[in-house]
Amino acid sequence: MAIQLRSAAELEKMYHAGQVVHEVLNKLRAEVKPGVTTMDLERIAEGLIAGRPGKAAFKGYRGYPCVLCTSVNSEIVHGIPSPKRKLREGEVVSIDFGMEVDGYYADSAVTVPVGKISPELQKLLDVTRESLDRAIDKMRPGNRLGDVGHAVQSWVEQNGFSVVREFVGHGIGTKMHDEPNLPNYGEPGRGARLQEGMVIAVEPMVNAGRPEVQMRGEWVAETADGSPSAHFEHTVAVTSNGPWILTRPKEMTGPSW
Amino acid sequence: MAKQPFEEKKKGDSGNSKEDAIEVMATVIEPLPNAMFRVQLETKHLVLAHVSGKMRKNFIRILAGDKVAVELSPYDLTRGRIVYRYK
Repeated sequence: MAIQLRSAAELEKMYHAGQVVHEVLNKLRAEVKPGVTTMDLERIAEGLIAGRPGKAAFKGYRGYPCVLCTSVNSEIVHGIPSPKRKLREGEVVSIDFGMEVDGYYADSAVTVPVGKISPELQKLLDVTRESLDRAIDKMRPGNRLGDVGHAVQSWVEQNGFSVVREFVGHGIGTKMHDEPNLPNYGEPGRGARLQEGMVIAVEPMVNAGRPEVQMRGEWVAETADGSPSAHFEHTVAVTSNGPWILTRPKEMTGPSW
Repeated sequence: MAKQPFEEKKKGDSGNSKEDAIEVMATVIEPLPNAMFRVQLETKHLVLAHVSGKMRKNFIRILAGDKVAVELSPYDLTRGRIVYRYK
C-alpha cells in the first residue's frame, strides 16, 4: 500500500495529539520510583486523560487491555501493567503511550530508571536514546528508510548492544499502525524514499545482550537471554525544514528525550 | 506501541472459480509422479494434492515433511491444491 502523505493541517492535528502524549509521559516519568506498581502508572495515566478530548490509542487495539505498555527490565515492549508488579530500585521501565485525538494518532515511549541504576544500564539507556536522535536526524526528504534504520543499527552495534528484529517502527496517521514498516536495522540507500508529509513512529528497541525475542503470552515480548532492554520512541514528521517531532512541544530542542 | 510486521500471512489471490476452496493446513507425506503429493490434513485425512500453478512457476520445491496450506474443492474432498509452503 502506498505511504500516506499528510497535509499541514493534518500534521497540526497529530501534533495536538502528540502534546497530550508528551504531557502524560512526562508526568508518568516523575512518578516512577521504587515501590510503585505498573498498574499505579496505568491508573495515573487514565486519570490524566479522563475528561479530555480523544482517547487512548492502545486500549482495545487488537484486544490490548490497557492504555499503557509498561515493560520492565528484560521485557522489550508491550508489557501489560499489573498490580503485582512493583518497581524496584535499580530496574528500568519502558512506558509506551499513544493517543487518538480528532481521528489522528500519536505514539511515543520512554525508558525510565527506577531510583539509582548501574552504569551499564545507564549506558544502555543513553545509547538507545542517542540512536533515536540519530534516526530522527535522518528523517529528511530524499533520505531512505534504510538510512534511518542504519543510523540506529550502526550506533547500537558499535556500542556492543543489539537491535530487536521482530518489532518495527511504523507509519502513523489515521491508523496507529500504517505503512511503511521501519526496521531498526538496514543498509544506507535502500528502502522507500522519504517525502515531505510522511509521518513515522521511530522506535529503537535495544537489548543489552542478544537480539532474540521470546513472547510471553500474546503480548509481552522479552529478551530470550533475559538481558535488559530499552525502548525510546517519537512520532516524527518529514518536513522541508527537516524532522519535526510531533510528540513533544515545538519549543523543545536538544536530545529527543 | 511497536508494530509486529508480517502479522497477516499472504494468501494467493485466486480466480473466482477457485474462490470457494477451503484452505487447511497439512503435512506432506510422500511425493508422487506428475508433481502430485500425498498430504495429511490436520484432521488426519489423506488427500491427493497438486502444486498450484503460481508455486510451480516460482519453483517452490516441496519435500516430504513440509508444512503446507492446501485448498480443497468443496466438491471433491479427496483432492486439493497446495498453495503455500511454510518455512
